[in-house]
Amino acid sequence: MIPELGQFSLILAFCLSVLLASLPIIGAARNNVLWMSLARPLTAKVFVFLGLSIGILAYAFATDDFSVQIVAAQSNSLLPFQYKLTALWGGHEGSFLLWTFMLSGWMLAVSIYSKSMPIEFVARVLGVLGVLCVAYILFMLATSNPFMRIVPLPPVDGSDLNTALQDFGFIVHPPTLYMGYVGFSVVFAFAIAALLSGRLDAAWARWCRPWANLSWAVLTIGIALGSWWAYYELGWGGWWAWDPVENPPLITWLFGTALIHSLAVTEKRGVFKSWTVLLAILAFSGSLLGTFITRSGLLTSVHAFASDPTRGVFILGILGLAVGGSLLLFAFRAPRMKSEFGFGLVSREIFLLTNNVLLVVAAASVFLGTLFPMVYQALTDDLLSIGPPYFNMIFVPLMMILVLFLGVGPMSRWKRTSTAYLIQQVAKAAVASLVIGVVLPLIVLFEFSLAATVCVALAAWIVLTIGKDISNKIANKESVGKGLRSLSLSYYGMQCAHTGIAIMLVGVGLTSYFSTERSVLLNPGESVELGSYSFQFEGSEAFRGPNYIGDRATILVNRGDYLLPSLYPETRIYLASGTPSTEMAIDAGFLRDLFITLGEEKEGGAWTMTVYVKPFVRWVWLGSIFMALGGTVAAADKRYRRLRQRKSGKDKEQVGSMQPSAI
Amino acid sequence: MGRLKFFTPAIFFIAIAILLWRGLYLDPRTLPSMLIDKSMPAFALSTVGGDPVSNSELPDQIFLLNVWGSYCLPCLVEHPTFMRLSEEGEIPVVGVNYKDQNELAHDWLETNGDPFAFSIEDLDGRFGIDLGVYGAPETYLVDADGVIRYRHVSVLDETVWEEEFIPAITELRAESD
Amino acid sequence: MAAKFKTCFLVTLLFLLLLIPTKNIFAQVDTFEFNNEVQQQRFRTLSDELRCPMCQNTNLSGSTGGVAEDLRREIHRMIIEGMSDREIEQFMFERYGDFIFYRPRLRAETILLWFGPLIFLLIGGTVGWSIFRRAKEVSETEIALDDNQKAQLDELVGE
Repeated sequence: MIPELGQFSLILAFCLSVLLASLPIIGAARNNVLWMSLARPLTAKVFVFLGLSIGILAYAFATDDFSVQIVAAQSNSLLPFQYKLTALWGGHEGSFLLWTFMLSGWMLAVSIYSKSMPIEFVARVLGVLGVLCVAYILFMLATSNPFMRIVPLPPVDGSDLNTALQDFGFIVHPPTLYMGYVGFSVVFAFAIAALLSGRLDAAWARWCRPWANLSWAVLTIGIALGSWWAYYELGWGGWWAWDPVENPPLITWLFGTALIHSLAVTEKRGVFKSWTVLLAILAFSGSLLGTFITRSGLLTSVHAFASDPTRGVFILGILGLAVGGSLLLFAFRAPRMKSEFGFGLVSREIFLLTNNVLLVVAAASVFLGTLFPMVYQALTDDLLSIGPPYFNMIFVPLMMILVLFLGVGPMSRWKRTSTAYLIQQVAKAAVASLVIGVVLPLIVLFEFSLAATVCVALAAWIVLTIGKDISNKIANKESVGKGLRSLSLSYYGMQCAHTGIAIMLVGVGLTSYFSTERSVLLNPGESVELGSYSFQFEGSEAFRGPNYIGDRATILVNRGDYLLPSLYPETRIYLASGTPSTEMAIDAGFLRDLFITLGEEKEGGAWTMTVYVKPFVRWVWLGSIFMALGGTVAAADKRYRRLRQRKSGKDKEQVGSMQPSAI
Repeated sequence: MGRLKFFTPAIFFIAIAILLWRGLYLDPRTLPSMLIDKSMPAFALSTVGGDPVSNSELPDQIFLLNVWGSYCLPCLVEHPTFMRLSEEGEIPVVGVNYKDQNELAHDWLETNGDPFAFSIEDLDGRFGIDLGVYGAPETYLVDADGVIRYRHVSVLDETVWEEEFIPAITELRAESD
Repeated sequence: MAAKFKTCFLVTLLFLLLLIPTKNIFAQVDTFEFNNEVQQQRFRTLSDELRCPMCQNTNLSGSTGGVAEDLRREIHRMIIEGMSDREIEQFMFERYGDFIFYRPRLRAETILLWFGPLIFLLIGGTVGWSIFRRAKEVSETEIALDDNQKAQLDELVGE
């Protein structure tokens, strides 16, 4: 009975979305204030009913209701409680409901935090988001209903959640990733609203930026969580596999990064207007592309849900209408958005334009590599594989060139900058970076590698130029403290995010080139040395967990004379499904990770195992935390709140309603 | 021209969408065999029964080579088809017992019936690698000269037999006439 | 604002969680012996760059059991026997085709793949250049502004 209420709630949400998708937009076109003002209440109601729907589904999982098909497919009575709840997004139907619910969450946020925007704009934005809701809910009701029941005989117990997913990473990664991914629908809606109204001005950019920055920040964390999870999940120290399902979020992220920079230029200078709108559409298409690839069986991947061409065709239809439609709208309306201000060859605009070009080229290249196997098969009937060797060869050089510009860009002035000035500002930083690049790995790890040196040098380049820029900016202030306080949150956000890139570069460079591993067969009492660490195997014992049995080994770890925390890797067999798995043991550290994976037990209690020493690997994710923090801080800048306070005053102050003569 | 360039993204997108649509109906998981039109790889192993066997023992006519294992459930599913074929006697079936254990293989054949003229024992999978095997069951169609002409991956049931193998065999027979 | 706090909370939590030792994996462990470090490195590179024929998009290093295990054993054997990387790759190609290489071979059919990014870069550069050219024209045109418009301009452009 209760699951049916969930379905009913979903249908109600659908009906309300249809209203939301039509009335406010028509109202905006016809200047019908009543219809436009329906947008916010309708949005709230859609959120409520989708929330109710997902809540009921969660209840079904929590109470082991195996009459619901996906509960039976994904869950099991022995499953620990937290995984029973997260099993909700373990399969296609449940995760898509989560996706749609996230969208309604963002819609609600937009309806609340949009007081400074004119009603016809809000109506259009929420209307467009409503259209997406309609498409998604229709997709669920037609092809992927989470509330399908098994009749007449529901199973006694479920098939159990895939053992790979019975893990903390699964609790945090999908929701965060979806939240960030779906967030780009908001910027997309802003872009469509701008195209529909024919107006795109600095005010539009100002409204847009916090939403773009926040989605970008959350997506950064979502991707980082996935990388972190893959790292300890897959067990061989890899943190990015260029898998066809991993790539679309990266493509979205790359377009998103270009977008947040392009928005900055549009807000400050009124240029790059069509470019910004196009990027918003592209970033959003990235998110739909990801959904499509994961759920249609188009490409082979460890992440993919079970394939089903019907679902694939439906999502392709959504993709076609949403993206195709918006690109056609773009083709017709964008030519009207002309920029009025120019800029010189060496200027901040040019640097940001270069930034955008490089990011878009990177995104297009990842896209090419992801889809090429499919194109190849369609044309030659033969199979081709494209993996890390290809992607790394293309992506890394592009990013390195980008980072070079990153050092100079923030220091450049709008419209015109003197090249001589720039060179003079960064010359010392350039030299120092090279030195640090060579010296740092030598000091910390006693190793040298050209590639790692390049990475560290680039990271130093970023940090040193940031330092120089800050010192330039506070040079004229009375004190350092006063100077630092005078800088805006937006500025700090930028530098924090850029620092994040530097940190990540250090992590990537050092861990990629200086990680070591060794596989051995050890009897109890024997030890193995790796780097400056020694690992002593003390034997294993059998044990039992909540829904599995296994063997746990004890390894003592030493570095010289220091005794470090011991490690306890395990092998397990899950009772419900009989699936075996290995659990690595990690000693996570700021400067290095140590981890051990078990292989097999041999005679005499000996075990095969692999030990890994991975320097600076945590810096990869620490970098992304700084990036996300930067994005969030920038979104909190005062000027996005200033307008709200001033709104109570005069219309003249509302910069938003004015525009330079835009034909 | 100025206005037309704004249509480029839309045009690109339509091309990509068509590609994606086509892609939905491809199967990216079935590997085509690299050994089509090449001779059977050389081997010198023993049969499950214990006798030595090599390429010279292979039938001098068109035959099937079936990769199986006692652990493989789909092999059990396709087993009746092979039993029927061996009873009719038209096409010999040679087995490759892939990465199995001799005892278990014996028991499996005793319990379920032995449709194979003989089964080549490939304990470590080396022969399977030479064949390009990537998962049992697989069945190869080999002509009278020992050249591999066709491979089917996964269960060989009556439908597959009719739709894929019979036409292929007819063609081979026509060639040799 | 709520979205912001959510993010901040998540971010802080994340940093704390960075240090939680955690779990579940599917890697394999081989204990192959090599004569020297160079051979060990060749083995690792080859296993990383070859794809497991029966898995869902993993390389030979990261796959448990089955064909992947056998292929790693073969690579080890071939390295010890003195075969070059090229010969080992040829061995794999003869049996599994292009599919087994994560680095696609450069051929007529894959030219678009390998030169695509370069083409994108050229297109991007051209588009960027044309945007700059238009901007240059605009900046060279005098736009007369009256006082009111100048004030508005300052508002829009000012930090």
